[in-house]
Amino acid sequence: MRQQAAITAKVFIQRDYSSGTMCQFQTKFPSELENRIDKQQFEETVRALNNMYAEAEKLGSQSYIEGCLACLTAYTVFLCMETHYEKVLKKIAKYIQEQNDKIYAPRGLLLTDPIERGLRVVEITIFEDRSLTR
Amino acid sequence: MSAVMITRKVRKWEKLPGKNTFCCDGRVMMARQKGVFYLTLFLITGTCALFFAFECPYLAVHLCPAIPVFAVLLFLFVMAMLLRTSFSDPGVLPRALPEEAANGNVPAGQRPPPRIRNVQINNQIVKLKYCYTCKIFRPPRASHCSICDNCVDRFDHHCPWVGNCVGKRNYRYFYLFTLSLSLLTIYIFTFDIVHVVMRSMNGGFLNTLKETPGTYPLKLSLTVLEVLVCFFTLWSVVGLTGFHTYLISLNQTTNEDIKGSWSGKNRGQNPYSHKNIIKNCCEVLCGPTYPSVLDRRGLLQEDTLISSSNPVPQTTVSAHKHTHALFLIVVSSFRHTDS
Repeated sequence: MRQQAAITAKVFIQRDYSSGTMCQFQTKFPSELENRIDKQQFEETVRALNNMYAEAEKLGSQSYIEGCLACLTAYTVFLCMETHYEKVLKKIAKYIQEQNDKIYAPRGLLLTDPIERGLRVVEITIFEDRSLTR
Repeated sequence: MSAVMITRKVRKWEKLPGKNTFCCDGRVMMARQKGVFYLTLFLITGTCALFFAFECPYLAVHLCPAIPVFAVLLFLFVMAMLLRTSFSDPGVLPRALPEEAANGNVPAGQRPPPRIRNVQINNQIVKLKYCYTCKIFRPPRASHCSICDNCVDRFDHHCPWVGNCVGKRNYRYFYLFTLSLSLLTIYIFTFDIVHVVMRSMNGGFLNTLKETPGTYPLKLSLTVLEVLVCFFTLWSVVGLTGFHTYLISLNQTTNEDIKGSWSGKNRGQNPYSHKNIIKNCCEVLCGPTYPSVLDRRGLLQEDTLISSSNPVPQTTVSAHKHTHALFLIVVSSFRHTDS
């Protein structure tokens, strides 16, 4: 079980501000993960996360309708309804859990949901490679 | 050696750094100094109470019963917006954990890493500064509030009247508060004048004085008081609303405007503006409602170790997220082993 595995290092994927203040993460492959996971796989994960955050922050008719409706009810509607952003955050949490279970945990890695780090970084914990000792 | 371990579940807000005060078990978040906020509440509720008590009965009967109804709705909206602005998290960025902050630390003897990062946003170079208190590179448009001792995303300003910072998460509520307060002030001011005019028209000053010799001077002086409060509030609040309307149409913050980040030919153009007034307004006022990244009501496990050899309790806190509320104090004794 994971309790015995030691943490070797932590890698932090920083935010990508090239398109503004929207929540996007850099897809550059960190060198510490070189012998742990495919570059392709990693980029796919980060791109999927970026797409989901873009969906949450999209300025479209849905966000405008939600905003206007909320304003008319003096924002009391959010006491009984979840905001669009919160719904997408739940989706993101589920996706990260899924990715951890299927792809990252078997390789001794753990993705931390960026919301737990203030949406600043995607923290990847690298555990010691148990397969080498067997 | 024997020791006593006291395990207690605490809410994360109790351990948050920064100079905020929390109420209702972490649901409410405000700045430390709340005196001016109480003054705001007093002025608004006081003036409205006088209006409802003294003007509304007369106006409802002699003019239209919808007048007090609309005033009540407007008053409730103003209060809702004020409380929403004051009690919500403005968009505080949590401080970096030691491992994240250590990314920038180098062993002694080497040159310290650069404390300014340049990013290009929409063909404009923006400098991201490093915050020494929060140990993070501030995202674009974020700024550190010295009063609350937090970095706030899309920092506008710290408003003592609402007793909180105004940032990404509560800017629209702040704007709607100033807008609705302007409308309420104009409304009360107008109907106060109408009331005085109508009273003097209906019978002349002398007749009215004969009818109600005792109460009329009191009512008149209260009306005058309301008119004065509204008059002075009008200039400041309407001016503020106008200023923020201008900022919203350009998608700028008060902080950027004061620093002159995007004004003048040498500084460049605002990279966050959509170059379209309607789109800018829509983004600020009807954009997505950002969630708070400070998990104020999450649970932390606090272990306080009190050993017989060391009477000073040693506290360690481990993050352990739960979704339901529990406060336990569990006392157990065990043999202290090296861990």
